[in-house]
Amino acid sequence: MNFPQTAAVGPLLDMRGIQKHFAGIAALSDASLSIAPGEVHALIGQNGAGKSTLIKVLTGYHRKDAGEVTFMGRPFHASSAHDAQRQGISTIYQEINLVPMRSVTENICLGREARRFGLLDWRAMHEEAERLLSRFSIRIDVRRPLGDFNTATQQMVAIARAIGFSARLVIMDEPTSSLDDREVEVLFNVIRQLKAEGVSVIFVSHKLDELYAVCDRVTVMRDGSTIRSAPMAEISKLELVSLMLGRAVGGLGGQATAFGRAADHVGDVLLEARGLAAPQGARDVTFDVRRGEVVGFAGLLGAGRTETARVVFGADRARAGSMRFDGQRYSAERPADAIRAGLGFVTEDRKAEGIVPDMSVAENLTLALLPRLSRNGIVDEARQRELVERFIRDLGIRCSGPNQKVRELSGGNQQKVLLARWLAMSPKLLILDEPTRGIDVGAKAEIQALIRELAEQGLAVLMISSELEEVLGGANRIFVLREGRSVAELEGAAATEETVMAAMAHGEQETEVEA
Amino acid sequence: MSDLAGKPMAATRRTSRFDPYAFLSTYGTLIALALLVVFNIAFTRNFVTLQTLNVNLTQVCTIVIVGLGMTLVIGTGGIDLSVGSLMAIAGALAPIIFLNKLIPIGNIYAGVALGMILSIVVAGALGVFNGWLVARFRIQPIVATLVLFIAGRGIAQVMTNGNLQTFSTPQFQWIGLARPFGIPAQVIIMVVLVAIAAWVMRRTVFGRNILAVGGNERAAALAGVPVNLIKLAVYGISGLCAGLAGLIVIAINSSSDANLVGLGMELDAIAAVAVGGTALEGGRASILGTLLGALTIQLVRYTLLANGVPDAAAQVIKAAIIALAVWLQQQNRSR
Repeated sequence: MNFPQTAAVGPLLDMRGIQKHFAGIAALSDASLSIAPGEVHALIGQNGAGKSTLIKVLTGYHRKDAGEVTFMGRPFHASSAHDAQRQGISTIYQEINLVPMRSVTENICLGREARRFGLLDWRAMHEEAERLLSRFSIRIDVRRPLGDFNTATQQMVAIARAIGFSARLVIMDEPTSSLDDREVEVLFNVIRQLKAEGVSVIFVSHKLDELYAVCDRVTVMRDGSTIRSAPMAEISKLELVSLMLGRAVGGLGGQATAFGRAADHVGDVLLEARGLAAPQGARDVTFDVRRGEVVGFAGLLGAGRTETARVVFGADRARAGSMRFDGQRYSAERPADAIRAGLGFVTEDRKAEGIVPDMSVAENLTLALLPRLSRNGIVDEARQRELVERFIRDLGIRCSGPNQKVRELSGGNQQKVLLARWLAMSPKLLILDEPTRGIDVGAKAEIQALIRELAEQGLAVLMISSELEEVLGGANRIFVLREGRSVAELEGAAATEETVMAAMAHGEQETEVEA
Repeated sequence: MSDLAGKPMAATRRTSRFDPYAFLSTYGTLIALALLVVFNIAFTRNFVTLQTLNVNLTQVCTIVIVGLGMTLVIGTGGIDLSVGSLMAIAGALAPIIFLNKLIPIGNIYAGVALGMILSIVVAGALGVFNGWLVARFRIQPIVATLVLFIAGRGIAQVMTNGNLQTFSTPQFQWIGLARPFGIPAQVIIMVVLVAIAAWVMRRTVFGRNILAVGGNERAAALAGVPVNLIKLAVYGISGLCAGLAGLIVIAINSSSDANLVGLGMELDAIAAVAVGGTALEGGRASILGTLLGALTIQLVRYTLLANGVPDAAAQVIKAAIIALAVWLQQQNRSR
């Protein structure tokens, strides 16, 4: 596919007809990407569309089977990520690959240390680090370990490191997935600064709003091919989604509000928490969840949403407060207590706390259920197989079978396995922490629909989400948390983007939550 | 396709055709074992005899038995350095009891039974202590079990005042000397234990939970797996296995020397597990692999000794084999 160049100058990067096969299966069949100098270019597509593979081909991680790459007007080849970096292409990954125990300076200068008389010149390196960070108006003690700083700052350090290698092209792979709204704004300013300096940016993200905020052009990939490349302004959100999915989509974009259908399936109060405090993060959180209801927890990062959920589930001890569950006094010393009471918890950190990567789909799915799937400690393999196959079918988990290792599944399918792990327990209350984080648009819509369906069947759901759209569209009632306290309860017409954001930012509507 | 996209360059080698690395890491131990047997048939005199088989099996039993417990511990992502010392403690305690040094027991059978059970239970309890350090205080397993690795042998020496205990007690020594149907008793014990352990790992909730704890401890805890209990259990089982192995060793020798019983066993057992293909970072456990690994190590040692290579050199070759096994695992891991 060829795309006409609008700019008079030639592209900074031009990738054409890239092909890449793994074990005979095409991961890239006809991928193209053209980036102009100083352009912020969105690269989007579902999981498995080939975005990561294309980037890995560019940065020397994979060797392409066919196609041409030119960079700054010359044929380009990188033998490794380090080689790509030396030639002007730096990548910042989703999981920041820096060394938290070492100082900010060491992280920025790693691999290109200043030397004097054969010794490391620390003063020069500290100055260099400070100079790079000051470009983004960040002033921190560069001698302190990187791990002392929050995720957003660490990300800035990663970017500073990339620019330190005098990058002409910076690739950001889902840079905002662990940032809150304010931090995202800081990042966007950095991107605008880069752009002003003539550095190009490839911006990979699942969040469509962000693309419109910061990107000039967008390239959509699907099934290993480039489907469309166009200026951001000429393409609508709905168009993007339908291009990614390869089919017409309705209902996405926040129109689907749960409020209209609230009354008919919501029952009595199942969980009631008062003045809950966690070891850290949550200080005074009061909320309740009714049967058949999806309650949303909204709030900025660090508002105490996850910390509250962990206390409810017994993953952390409550420091203060009281709870009632299903009509009785309730507290959980450990997750097993919560599970026995009828709670389930899908964690926000799928990799670190959710899946057991080396175990099979079946073993992951039945991890919590195992005691009930066994007699005298012996696993009932027949029942397990039947149950696992049913969930694979019902939730549409795409895998080669129950015995496939869960690490080989896409993020969306891993998430479905985790949902199935808890649904298999027939819980009364399911806590979902960022249920659609980092998964593709198709799986996201499926999971959101599943949550609605479960609530209609009477399940109580507590859903934490950093995406306003998801909370507003999926929850019957919303509690807003701010700096460890529940500051607002919003329902019906009162719950709009404006009211929720106002509560997040200023803690307004305090009257809504009784003491 | 994202699963494919996530794989590094090495994956390009992987086609439907033959992959030497995957093949070697799966069958490497078996091939090594076969090669050793072939080599011995060709070059070692009197290799193809029942006696040679018995000698090798008898000697490998203790490594396998200790290796089973070690496999479970390593499956949870831990390690147990104390097994050799626990063997010494069990080996010191049993004769003290059945030789009536502690309290006179009239019936020799009662004395032997008490001695065997008590010494194994004590070793198991010390194993639970290891697990307690690991689970309750979150001490790194290598450090937590180092405590008894050092102190254990000292305890055994204090128990015996550093003296050699000799005995001739057939009621006890059957465990190392009896030959029902011509098969050494400890070989039968070993086979039974291997079968039980393999079954536990394959079919039981306990086995599944061991791998869940080793594979992702935080995920296991959030799924309600009793992580601490599992850890207490595997270290406890490792202790029981070590205790039993200690008894077999002293039964064969008709004596118990706290300085020597189980000396270096922790390394043999870890080596057997590693050569057998169980990843040392946890989440996997191959019982049959450990058996094959122990057999390989034993046969290497036998081959070298039978062909006049001194024991010191044998140690070096043993180490080289372990390095090779771990390297092969890494090859498989990196794809």
